[in-house]
Amino acid sequence: MKSNLVGNLGNTGLYILTDLGKMTLFLLKALRGVFRRPFRFRELLRQMHFIGVGSLAVIFFTAASTGMVLGLQGYYSLNKFGADGMLGSAVSLTLIMELGPVLTALMVAGRAGSAMCAELGIMRISEQIDALDCMAVDPFRYLITPKFLATLICVPLLTVMFDVVGIAGGYIAGVSLMDVNPGSYVEGMRTSVTNHDIQLGVIKSFVFALLVVWICTGRGYFVQEIRGAGFGAESVSRVTTQAVVFSSISVLIFDYLLTAVFL
Amino acid sequence: MNPAIEFKNVTKAFVKKDGDVQTILDNVSFSIPAGKTTVIAGGSGQGKSVTLKLILGLMRVDSGRIMVQGNDVTGVRGKGLESLRTQFGVLFQGSALFDSLTVFENVALPLRERTKKNEAEIRAQVLSSLSQFELDGHEEKYPAQLSGGMQKRVGLARAMQLKPAIMLFDEPTTGLDPVMSLEIYHLFARTQAEFGFTSVIVSHDIPKIFNLADRVTILNGGKMDVFSSPEEIQWSEEPHIQEFVKTTMGDIYQSDLVEK
Repeated sequence: MKSNLVGNLGNTGLYILTDLGKMTLFLLKALRGVFRRPFRFRELLRQMHFIGVGSLAVIFFTAASTGMVLGLQGYYSLNKFGADGMLGSAVSLTLIMELGPVLTALMVAGRAGSAMCAELGIMRISEQIDALDCMAVDPFRYLITPKFLATLICVPLLTVMFDVVGIAGGYIAGVSLMDVNPGSYVEGMRTSVTNHDIQLGVIKSFVFALLVVWICTGRGYFVQEIRGAGFGAESVSRVTTQAVVFSSISVLIFDYLLTAVFL
Repeated sequence: MNPAIEFKNVTKAFVKKDGDVQTILDNVSFSIPAGKTTVIAGGSGQGKSVTLKLILGLMRVDSGRIMVQGNDVTGVRGKGLESLRTQFGVLFQGSALFDSLTVFENVALPLRERTKKNEAEIRAQVLSSLSQFELDGHEEKYPAQLSGGMQKRVGLARAMQLKPAIMLFDEPTTGLDPVMSLEIYHLFARTQAEFGFTSVIVSHDIPKIFNLADRVTILNGGKMDVFSSPEEIQWSEEPHIQEFVKTTMGDIYQSDLVEK
Protein backbone atom coordinates (compact mmCIF):
# COMPACT_ATOMS: atom_id res chain seq x y z
CA MET A 1 0.00 0.00 0.00
CA LYS A 2 2.73 2.39 1.12
CA SER A 3 5.04 1.46 -1.76
CA ASN A 4 2.09 1.87 -4.14
CA LEU A 5 1.60 5.43 -2.90
CA VAL A 6 5.31 6.20 -3.25
CA GLY A 7 5.34 4.62 -6.72
CA ASN A 8 2.33 6.65 -7.83
CA LEU A 9 3.84 9.85 -6.47
CA GLY A 10 7.10 9.06 -8.27
CA ASN A 11 5.26 8.34 -11.53
CA THR A 12 3.29 11.58 -11.23
CA GLY A 13 6.46 13.54 -10.48
CA LEU A 14 8.20 12.03 -13.51
CA TYR A 15 5.16 12.75 -15.69
CA ILE A 16 5.09 16.40 -14.60
CA LEU A 17 8.85 16.80 -15.18
CA THR A 18 8.60 15.18 -18.62
CA ASP A 19 5.62 17.35 -19.50
CA LEU A 20 7.43 20.52 -18.41
CA GLY A 21 10.46 19.49 -20.45
CA LYS A 22 8.34 18.85 -23.54
CA MET A 23 6.51 22.17 -23.12
CA THR A 24 9.82 24.04 -22.73
CA LEU A 25 11.19 22.49 -25.94
CA PHE A 26 7.87 23.28 -27.61
CA LEU A 27 8.24 26.96 -26.65
CA LEU A 28 11.81 27.11 -27.95
CA LYS A 29 10.87 25.47 -31.27
CA ALA A 30 7.89 27.81 -31.68
CA LEU A 31 10.13 30.87 -31.14
CA ARG A 32 12.83 29.41 -33.44
CA GLY A 33 10.16 29.22 -36.14
CA VAL A 34 10.31 33.02 -36.44
CA PHE A 35 13.76 32.70 -38.02
CA ARG A 36 12.97 29.78 -40.36
CA ARG A 37 12.08 30.34 -43.99
CA PRO A 38 9.79 30.58 -45.86
CA PHE A 39 7.95 32.82 -43.38
CA ARG A 40 4.17 32.45 -43.62
CA PHE A 41 3.18 36.12 -43.64
CA ARG A 42 -0.30 35.47 -45.06
CA GLU A 43 -0.99 32.92 -42.31
CA LEU A 44 0.20 35.46 -39.72
CA LEU A 45 -2.34 37.97 -41.06
CA ARG A 46 -5.06 35.30 -41.02
CA GLN A 47 -4.29 34.46 -37.40
CA MET A 48 -4.18 38.16 -36.46
CA HIS A 49 -7.59 38.57 -38.02
CA PHE A 50 -8.93 35.59 -36.10
CA ILE A 51 -7.36 36.49 -32.74
CA GLY A 52 -7.44 40.30 -32.99
CA VAL A 53 -10.38 41.35 -35.14
CA GLY A 54 -12.43 38.33 -34.03
CA SER A 55 -12.00 39.27 -30.36
CA LEU A 56 -12.88 42.97 -30.78
CA ALA A 57 -16.57 42.59 -29.92
CA VAL A 58 -16.06 40.48 -26.82
CA ILE A 59 -13.27 42.79 -25.62
CA PHE A 60 -15.40 45.88 -26.29
CA PHE A 61 -18.37 44.62 -24.27
CA THR A 62 -16.23 43.27 -21.44
CA ALA A 63 -14.28 46.53 -21.23
CA ALA A 64 -17.37 48.72 -21.37
CA SER A 65 -19.20 46.80 -18.65
CA THR A 66 -16.07 46.54 -16.48
CA GLY A 67 -15.38 50.29 -16.81
CA MET A 68 -18.96 51.22 -16.03
CA VAL A 69 -19.10 48.91 -13.00
CA LEU A 70 -15.78 50.35 -11.81
CA GLY A 71 -17.22 53.85 -12.27
CA LEU A 72 -20.29 53.05 -10.17
CA GLN A 73 -18.44 51.05 -7.50
CA GLY A 74 -15.63 53.57 -7.35
CA TYR A 75 -18.06 56.44 -6.96
CA TYR A 76 -19.91 54.56 -4.21
CA SER A 77 -16.69 53.99 -2.23
CA LEU A 78 -14.96 57.32 -2.87
CA ASN A 79 -18.07 59.36 -2.25
CA LYS A 80 -18.14 58.12 1.35
CA PHE A 81 -14.88 59.99 1.92
CA GLY A 82 -15.79 62.94 -0.26
CA ALA A 83 -13.12 61.87 -2.72
CA ASP A 84 -15.25 61.28 -5.81
CA GLY A 85 -12.91 63.59 -7.68
CA MET A 86 -10.41 60.73 -7.59
CA LEU A 87 -12.69 58.50 -9.65
CA GLY A 88 -10.75 59.02 -12.93
CA SER A 89 -7.53 58.09 -11.17
CA ALA A 90 -8.98 54.95 -9.55
CA VAL A 91 -10.68 53.68 -12.72
CA SER A 92 -7.73 54.29 -15.05
CA LEU A 93 -5.05 52.84 -12.73
CA THR A 94 -7.15 49.75 -12.01
CA LEU A 95 -7.77 49.18 -15.70
CA ILE A 96 -4.28 49.95 -17.04
CA MET A 97 -2.31 48.03 -14.42
CA GLU A 98 -4.65 45.21 -13.56
CA LEU A 99 -7.99 44.52 -15.15
CA GLY A 100 -7.13 45.45 -18.72
CA PRO A 101 -4.28 42.94 -19.18
CA VAL A 102 -5.91 40.22 -17.06
CA LEU A 103 -9.41 40.32 -18.51
CA THR A 104 -8.13 40.68 -22.09
CA ALA A 105 -5.93 37.61 -21.64
CA LEU A 106 -8.79 35.63 -20.08
CA MET A 107 -11.14 36.58 -22.93
CA VAL A 108 -8.54 35.66 -25.57
CA ALA A 109 -7.86 32.35 -23.78
CA GLY A 110 -11.57 31.53 -23.77
CA ARG A 111 -12.24 32.57 -27.35
CA ALA A 112 -9.08 32.13 -29.43
CA GLY A 113 -6.97 29.92 -27.12
CA SER A 114 -9.63 27.22 -26.96
CA ALA A 115 -10.02 27.30 -30.75
CA MET A 116 -6.24 27.03 -31.31
CA CYS A 117 -6.01 24.09 -28.90
CA ALA A 118 -8.94 22.25 -30.50
CA GLU A 119 -7.63 22.89 -34.03
CA LEU A 120 -4.20 21.48 -33.23
CA GLY A 121 -5.68 18.58 -31.25
CA ILE A 122 -7.86 17.56 -34.20
CA MET A 123 -4.91 17.95 -36.57
CA ARG A 124 -2.87 15.70 -34.29
CA ILE A 125 -5.43 12.90 -33.93
CA SER A 126 -6.22 12.94 -37.67
CA GLU A 127 -2.47 12.62 -38.45
CA GLN A 128 -2.33 16.00 -40.23
CA ILE A 129 0.66 17.06 -38.10
CA ASP A 130 2.37 13.71 -38.82
CA ALA A 131 1.69 14.37 -42.51
CA LEU A 132 3.55 17.70 -42.26
CA ASP A 133 6.47 15.94 -40.55
CA CYS A 134 6.54 13.28 -43.26
CA MET A 135 6.61 15.95 -45.98
CA ALA A 136 9.65 17.42 -44.20
CA VAL A 137 7.62 20.56 -43.44
CA ASP A 138 8.40 21.92 -39.96
CA PRO A 139 5.02 21.93 -38.15
CA PHE A 140 6.27 24.66 -35.81
CA ARG A 141 7.11 27.09 -38.59
CA TYR A 142 4.00 26.11 -40.54
CA LEU A 143 1.40 25.97 -37.75
CA ILE A 144 2.58 27.16 -34.36
CA THR A 145 4.81 30.19 -34.95
CA PRO A 146 2.14 32.24 -36.80
CA LYS A 147 -0.22 31.65 -33.86
CA PHE A 148 2.47 32.72 -31.37
CA LEU A 149 3.31 35.90 -33.26
CA ALA A 150 -0.32 36.82 -33.89
CA THR A 151 -1.18 36.40 -30.19
CA LEU A 152 1.89 38.38 -29.07
CA ILE A 153 0.94 41.22 -31.42
CA CYS A 154 -2.82 41.21 -30.88
CA VAL A 155 -3.16 40.79 -27.11
CA PRO A 156 -1.25 43.99 -26.18
CA LEU A 157 -3.26 45.92 -28.81
CA LEU A 158 -6.51 44.46 -27.49
CA THR A 159 -5.39 45.38 -23.97
CA VAL A 160 -4.89 49.02 -25.03
CA MET A 161 -8.36 48.98 -26.55
CA PHE A 162 -9.76 47.42 -23.37
CA ASP A 163 -8.16 50.22 -21.30
CA VAL A 164 -9.54 52.99 -23.54
CA VAL A 165 -13.06 51.57 -23.70
CA GLY A 166 -13.03 50.79 -19.96
CA ILE A 167 -11.94 54.33 -19.06
CA ALA A 168 -14.67 55.70 -21.34
CA GLY A 169 -17.17 53.37 -19.63
CA GLY A 170 -16.05 54.65 -16.23
CA TYR A 171 -16.48 58.21 -17.53
CA ILE A 172 -20.03 57.51 -18.69
CA ALA A 173 -21.00 55.88 -15.36
CA GLY A 174 -19.22 58.45 -13.17
CA VAL A 175 -19.71 61.70 -15.05
CA SER A 176 -22.95 61.16 -16.95
CA LEU A 177 -24.82 59.09 -14.39
CA MET A 178 -23.31 60.14 -11.02
CA ASP A 179 -22.52 63.75 -11.79
CA VAL A 180 -18.81 63.54 -11.05
CA ASN A 181 -17.03 66.63 -12.38
CA PRO A 182 -15.72 65.76 -15.89
CA GLY A 183 -12.63 67.93 -15.42
CA SER A 184 -11.65 66.19 -12.20
CA TYR A 185 -12.19 62.75 -13.82
CA VAL A 186 -9.84 63.54 -16.71
CA GLU A 187 -7.33 65.50 -14.59
CA GLY A 188 -7.25 62.76 -11.93
CA MET A 189 -6.43 60.24 -14.64
CA ARG A 190 -3.83 62.48 -16.28
CA THR A 191 -1.92 63.24 -13.10
CA SER A 192 -1.98 59.79 -11.49
CA VAL A 193 -1.16 57.52 -14.45
CA THR A 194 2.61 57.38 -15.00
CA ASN A 195 4.75 55.83 -17.72
CA HIS A 196 5.72 53.11 -15.26
CA ASP A 197 2.05 52.13 -14.82
CA ILE A 198 1.56 51.89 -18.60
CA GLN A 199 4.79 49.89 -18.97
CA LEU A 200 3.63 47.45 -16.30
CA GLY A 201 0.34 46.98 -18.15
CA VAL A 202 2.14 46.37 -21.45
CA ILE A 203 4.65 43.94 -19.89
CA LYS A 204 1.78 42.03 -18.30
CA SER A 205 -0.13 41.83 -21.57
CA PHE A 206 2.94 40.40 -23.38
CA VAL A 207 3.58 37.82 -20.64
CA PHE A 208 -0.09 36.81 -20.49
CA ALA A 209 -0.24 36.52 -24.29
CA LEU A 210 2.79 34.22 -24.23
CA LEU A 211 1.27 32.08 -21.46
CA VAL A 212 -2.08 31.74 -23.23
CA VAL A 213 -0.70 30.85 -26.66
CA TRP A 214 2.01 28.58 -25.23
CA ILE A 215 -0.33 26.55 -23.04
CA CYS A 216 -3.21 26.39 -25.53
CA THR A 217 -1.14 25.40 -28.58
CA GLY A 218 1.10 23.10 -26.52
CA ARG A 219 -1.82 21.17 -25.05
CA GLY A 220 -3.37 20.74 -28.49
CA TYR A 221 -0.06 19.66 -30.04
CA PHE A 222 0.54 17.02 -27.33
CA VAL A 223 -3.10 15.92 -27.06
CA GLN A 224 -2.24 12.22 -27.40
CA GLU A 225 0.41 12.34 -24.69
CA ILE A 226 -1.62 13.92 -21.90
CA ARG A 227 -2.39 11.58 -19.06
CA GLY A 228 -6.08 10.89 -18.49
CA ALA A 229 -7.19 12.77 -21.61
CA GLY A 230 -8.68 9.66 -23.22
CA PHE A 231 -8.80 9.14 -26.96
CA GLY A 232 -10.22 10.70 -30.10
CA ALA A 233 -12.75 13.51 -29.96
CA GLU A 234 -13.11 13.12 -26.20
CA SER A 235 -9.40 13.78 -25.68
CA VAL A 236 -9.60 16.99 -27.73
CA SER A 237 -12.57 18.29 -25.72
CA ARG A 238 -10.93 17.44 -22.38
CA VAL A 239 -7.58 18.91 -23.32
CA THR A 240 -9.23 22.08 -24.66
CA THR A 241 -10.98 22.59 -21.34
CA GLN A 242 -7.71 21.88 -19.54
CA ALA A 243 -5.84 24.38 -21.73
CA VAL A 244 -8.29 27.20 -20.97
CA VAL A 245 -8.26 26.42 -17.23
CA PHE A 246 -4.45 26.15 -17.06
CA SER A 247 -3.84 29.30 -19.07
CA SER A 248 -6.38 31.28 -17.02
CA ILE A 249 -4.85 30.13 -13.72
CA SER A 250 -1.36 30.89 -15.03
CA VAL A 251 -2.46 34.40 -15.99
CA LEU A 252 -3.77 35.02 -12.47
CA ILE A 253 -0.62 33.63 -10.81
CA PHE A 254 1.71 35.63 -13.05
CA ASP A 255 -0.44 38.73 -12.50
CA TYR A 256 0.38 38.57 -8.82
CA LEU A 257 4.06 37.79 -9.43
CA LEU A 258 4.55 40.63 -11.94
CA THR A 259 2.69 43.09 -9.71
CA ALA A 260 4.87 42.09 -6.75
CA VAL A 261 8.08 42.45 -8.79
CA PHE A 262 7.35 45.67 -10.69
CA LEU A 263 5.10 47.68 -8.40
CA MET B 1 21.80 -3.37 -55.25
CA ASN B 2 21.14 -2.02 -51.76
CA PRO B 3 17.76 -2.83 -50.28
CA ALA B 4 15.51 0.24 -50.05
CA ILE B 5 15.08 -0.21 -46.30
CA GLU B 6 16.88 -2.50 -43.89
CA PHE B 7 16.22 -3.22 -40.20
CA LYS B 8 19.23 -4.61 -38.33
CA ASN B 9 18.50 -6.12 -34.90
CA VAL B 10 15.89 -3.48 -34.15
CA THR B 11 14.18 -3.52 -30.77
CA LYS B 12 11.35 -1.21 -29.75
CA ALA B 13 9.42 -1.49 -26.50
CA PHE B 14 6.82 0.61 -24.73
CA VAL B 15 6.08 0.99 -21.04
CA LYS B 16 2.39 0.47 -20.41
CA LYS B 17 0.40 2.47 -17.84
CA ASP B 18 0.62 -0.38 -15.30
CA GLY B 19 4.42 -0.27 -15.60
CA ASP B 20 4.73 -3.46 -17.69
CA VAL B 21 7.04 -3.37 -20.70
CA GLN B 22 5.57 -4.45 -24.04
CA THR B 23 8.16 -5.34 -26.66
CA ILE B 24 6.74 -4.49 -30.07
CA LEU B 25 9.82 -5.36 -32.12
CA ASP B 26 12.24 -7.83 -30.56
CA ASN B 27 15.66 -7.85 -32.23
CA VAL B 28 14.06 -7.79 -35.67
CA SER B 29 16.12 -7.90 -38.88
CA PHE B 30 14.62 -7.73 -42.35
CA SER B 31 15.02 -5.87 -45.61
CA ILE B 32 12.66 -4.30 -48.12
CA PRO B 33 13.87 -4.74 -51.71
CA ALA B 34 14.04 -1.67 -53.94
CA GLY B 35 11.39 -1.24 -56.60
CA LYS B 36 9.16 -4.00 -55.20
CA THR B 37 6.00 -4.10 -53.12
CA THR B 38 6.34 -5.38 -49.57
CA VAL B 39 3.27 -5.96 -47.44
CA ILE B 40 3.58 -5.81 -43.66
CA ALA B 41 0.70 -7.70 -42.09
CA GLY B 42 -0.19 -8.74 -38.56
CA GLY B 43 -2.88 -8.43 -35.93
CA SER B 44 -3.83 -5.25 -34.08
CA GLY B 45 -1.15 -3.90 -31.75
CA GLN B 46 1.59 -6.08 -33.30
CA GLY B 47 3.66 -3.04 -34.37
CA LYS B 48 2.80 -2.50 -38.04
CA SER B 49 2.31 1.27 -37.71
CA VAL B 50 5.24 1.49 -35.26
CA THR B 51 7.44 -0.05 -37.97
CA LEU B 52 6.39 2.72 -40.39
CA LYS B 53 6.97 5.41 -37.76
CA LEU B 54 10.47 4.04 -37.07
CA ILE B 55 11.27 4.15 -40.80
CA LEU B 56 10.10 7.78 -40.98
CA GLY B 57 11.95 8.86 -37.84
CA LEU B 58 8.68 9.70 -36.06
CA MET B 59 9.82 7.24 -33.36
CA ARG B 60 13.27 6.14 -32.20
CA VAL B 61 14.54 2.58 -31.91
CA ASP B 62 15.64 1.34 -28.47
CA SER B 63 18.48 -0.58 -30.08
CA GLY B 64 19.55 -1.72 -33.53
CA ARG B 65 19.96 0.17 -36.78
CA ILE B 66 17.76 1.27 -39.66
CA MET B 67 19.25 1.77 -43.12
CA VAL B 68 17.49 3.65 -45.92
CA GLN B 69 18.99 3.40 -49.44
CA GLY B 70 22.21 2.18 -47.85
CA ASN B 71 22.51 5.06 -45.35
CA ASP B 72 22.30 4.58 -41.61
CA VAL B 73 19.43 6.80 -40.49
CA THR B 74 19.17 5.59 -36.90
CA GLY B 75 18.78 8.58 -34.61
CA VAL B 76 19.18 11.09 -37.45
CA ARG B 77 17.94 14.60 -36.55
CA GLY B 78 17.55 18.11 -37.93
CA LYS B 79 18.46 18.61 -41.59
CA GLY B 80 19.39 14.93 -41.92
CA LEU B 81 15.89 13.93 -40.84
CA GLU B 82 14.34 16.43 -43.29
CA SER B 83 16.50 15.03 -46.05
CA LEU B 84 15.51 11.46 -45.11
CA ARG B 85 11.81 12.31 -45.23
CA THR B 86 12.01 13.85 -48.68
CA GLN B 87 12.77 10.32 -49.96
CA PHE B 88 9.37 9.12 -48.73
CA GLY B 89 5.79 9.62 -49.73
CA VAL B 90 3.20 8.56 -47.18
CA LEU B 91 -0.47 7.73 -47.58
CA PHE B 92 -2.06 7.75 -44.13
CA GLN B 93 -4.88 5.60 -42.85
CA GLY B 94 -7.32 8.53 -42.80
CA SER B 95 -5.62 10.29 -45.74
CA ALA B 96 -4.53 13.12 -43.33
CA LEU B 97 -5.64 15.84 -45.73
CA PHE B 98 -5.69 19.36 -44.32
CA ASP B 99 -9.35 20.13 -43.60
CA SER B 100 -9.01 23.88 -44.10
CA LEU B 101 -7.25 23.59 -47.48
CA THR B 102 -8.85 22.79 -50.83
CA VAL B 103 -7.87 19.73 -52.87
CA PHE B 104 -5.62 21.94 -54.99
CA GLU B 105 -3.94 23.53 -51.95
CA ASN B 106 -3.45 20.11 -50.31
CA VAL B 107 -1.68 18.71 -53.37
CA ALA B 108 0.29 21.94 -53.90
CA LEU B 109 1.50 22.09 -50.28
CA PRO B 110 4.70 20.00 -50.65
CA LEU B 111 5.62 21.91 -53.82
CA ARG B 112 5.10 25.30 -52.15
CA GLU B 113 6.98 24.29 -49.02
CA ARG B 114 9.76 22.11 -50.39
CA THR B 115 10.56 23.45 -53.87
CA LYS B 116 11.41 26.78 -55.44
CA LYS B 117 8.86 26.40 -58.24
CA ASN B 118 6.80 29.46 -59.10
CA GLU B 119 3.01 29.50 -58.79
CA ALA B 120 2.45 28.87 -62.53
CA GLU B 121 4.68 25.77 -62.48
CA ILE B 122 3.00 24.52 -59.31
CA ARG B 123 -0.46 25.05 -60.81
CA ALA B 124 0.48 23.16 -63.97
CA GLN B 125 1.97 20.22 -62.06
CA VAL B 126 -0.92 19.97 -59.58
CA LEU B 127 -3.62 20.10 -62.28
CA SER B 128 -1.77 17.45 -64.27
CA SER B 129 -1.56 15.22 -61.16
CA LEU B 130 -5.23 15.71 -60.34
CA SER B 131 -6.09 14.72 -63.88
CA GLN B 132 -3.87 11.64 -63.64
CA PHE B 133 -5.68 10.55 -60.46
CA GLU B 134 -9.10 11.23 -62.03
CA LEU B 135 -9.81 14.25 -59.84
CA ASP B 136 -10.49 16.81 -62.56
CA GLY B 137 -13.01 19.44 -61.52
CA HIS B 138 -12.58 18.73 -57.79
CA GLU B 139 -9.64 21.10 -57.17
CA GLU B 140 -11.69 23.74 -55.36
CA LYS B 141 -13.49 21.26 -53.09
CA TYR B 142 -12.56 20.71 -49.44
CA PRO B 143 -11.70 17.20 -48.15
CA ALA B 144 -15.00 16.98 -46.25
CA GLN B 145 -16.83 17.29 -49.59
CA LEU B 146 -15.10 14.20 -51.05
CA SER B 147 -15.87 10.49 -50.74
CA GLY B 148 -13.41 8.22 -48.89
CA GLY B 149 -12.00 6.88 -52.15
CA MET B 150 -11.46 10.37 -53.56
CA GLN B 151 -9.73 11.44 -50.35
CA LYS B 152 -7.32 8.51 -50.77
CA ARG B 153 -6.62 9.58 -54.36
CA VAL B 154 -5.94 13.16 -53.23
CA GLY B 155 -3.65 11.79 -50.49
CA LEU B 156 -1.80 9.71 -53.05
CA ALA B 157 -1.53 12.66 -55.45
CA ARG B 158 -0.09 14.80 -52.64
CA ALA B 159 2.37 12.09 -51.61
CA MET B 160 3.61 11.74 -55.21
CA GLN B 161 4.38 15.43 -55.81
CA LEU B 162 8.04 15.27 -54.78
CA LYS B 163 8.52 12.00 -56.70
CA PRO B 164 9.54 9.88 -53.70
CA ALA B 165 11.76 6.84 -54.04
CA ILE B 166 9.75 4.96 -51.42
CA MET B 167 5.99 5.05 -50.83
CA LEU B 168 4.59 4.00 -47.45
CA PHE B 169 0.91 3.10 -47.23
CA ASP B 170 -0.58 2.86 -43.74
CA GLU B 171 -3.80 0.81 -43.84
CA PRO B 172 -4.73 2.48 -47.14
CA THR B 173 -8.19 0.95 -47.56
CA THR B 174 -9.55 1.41 -44.05
CA GLY B 175 -13.12 2.65 -44.21
CA LEU B 176 -13.57 1.83 -47.91
CA ASP B 177 -16.03 -0.67 -49.31
CA PRO B 178 -14.60 -3.79 -51.05
CA VAL B 179 -15.16 -2.39 -54.56
CA MET B 180 -13.46 0.90 -53.73
CA SER B 181 -10.61 -0.99 -51.99
CA LEU B 182 -9.94 -2.98 -55.15
CA GLU B 183 -10.03 0.22 -57.21
CA ILE B 184 -7.48 1.82 -54.87
CA TYR B 185 -5.19 -1.22 -55.08
CA HIS B 186 -5.34 -1.10 -58.88
CA LEU B 187 -4.46 2.59 -58.69
CA PHE B 188 -1.43 1.74 -56.50
CA ALA B 189 -0.31 -0.90 -58.99
CA ARG B 190 -0.68 1.49 -61.94
CA THR B 191 1.11 4.32 -60.12
CA GLN B 192 3.96 2.06 -59.07
CA ALA B 193 4.35 0.70 -62.59
CA GLU B 194 4.57 4.28 -63.86
CA PHE B 195 6.89 5.77 -61.23
CA GLY B 196 8.83 2.64 -60.20
CA PHE B 197 8.98 3.47 -56.50
CA THR B 198 9.49 1.00 -53.68
CA SER B 199 6.18 0.29 -52.02
CA VAL B 200 5.60 -0.67 -48.39
CA ILE B 201 1.99 -1.42 -47.52
CA VAL B 202 0.83 -1.94 -43.96
CA SER B 203 -2.53 -3.60 -44.12
CA HIS B 204 -4.84 -6.17 -42.67
CA ASP B 205 -6.94 -6.17 -45.85
CA ILE B 206 -6.12 -9.80 -46.46
CA PRO B 207 -6.08 -11.60 -48.85
CA LYS B 208 -6.77 -8.82 -51.41
CA ILE B 209 -3.58 -6.95 -50.62
CA PHE B 210 -1.47 -10.09 -51.14
CA ASN B 211 -2.22 -10.00 -54.85
CA LEU B 212 -0.10 -6.84 -55.02
CA ALA B 213 2.77 -8.16 -52.92
CA ASP B 214 6.19 -9.27 -54.07
CA ARG B 215 7.08 -10.02 -50.48
CA VAL B 216 5.01 -10.45 -47.32
CA THR B 217 6.14 -9.98 -43.74
CA ILE B 218 4.01 -10.96 -40.79
CA LEU B 219 4.53 -9.35 -37.41
CA ASN B 220 3.67 -11.42 -34.40
CA GLY B 221 4.74 -11.14 -30.76
CA GLY B 222 7.70 -8.86 -31.54
CA LYS B 223 9.07 -11.15 -34.28
CA MET B 224 8.84 -10.75 -38.03
CA ASP B 225 8.41 -13.64 -40.48
CA VAL B 226 9.32 -12.88 -44.07
CA PHE B 227 7.83 -14.75 -47.04
CA SER B 228 8.85 -14.39 -50.65
CA SER B 229 5.32 -14.93 -51.90
CA PRO B 230 1.78 -15.07 -50.49
CA GLU B 231 1.57 -18.75 -51.42
CA GLU B 232 4.57 -19.51 -49.23
CA ILE B 233 2.62 -18.38 -46.18
CA GLN B 234 0.06 -21.08 -46.63
CA TRP B 235 2.66 -23.84 -46.50
CA SER B 236 4.41 -22.49 -43.39
CA GLU B 237 4.56 -25.01 -40.56
CA GLU B 238 4.87 -22.33 -37.85
CA PRO B 239 1.80 -22.62 -35.59
CA HIS B 240 1.28 -18.82 -35.33
CA ILE B 241 1.44 -18.48 -39.13
CA GLN B 242 -1.04 -21.31 -39.54
CA GLU B 243 -3.28 -19.53 -37.03
CA PHE B 244 -2.85 -16.27 -38.99
CA VAL B 245 -3.78 -18.02 -42.24
CA LYS B 246 -6.80 -19.58 -40.57
CA THR B 247 -8.12 -16.42 -38.93
CA THR B 248 -7.35 -13.81 -41.57
CA MET B 249 -7.51 -15.64 -44.87
CA GLY B 250 -9.93 -18.43 -44.15
CA ASP B 251 -12.08 -19.68 -46.99
CA ILE B 252 -11.47 -16.62 -49.16
CA TYR B 253 -7.76 -17.36 -49.34
CA GLN B 254 -8.42 -21.00 -50.09
CA SER B 255 -10.85 -20.26 -52.91
CA ASP B 256 -9.26 -17.09 -54.35
CA LEU B 257 -5.57 -17.71 -54.30
CA VAL B 258 -4.90 -21.43 -54.07
CA GLU B 259 -7.03 -22.21 -57.09
CA LYS B 260 -5.17 -19.69 -59.27
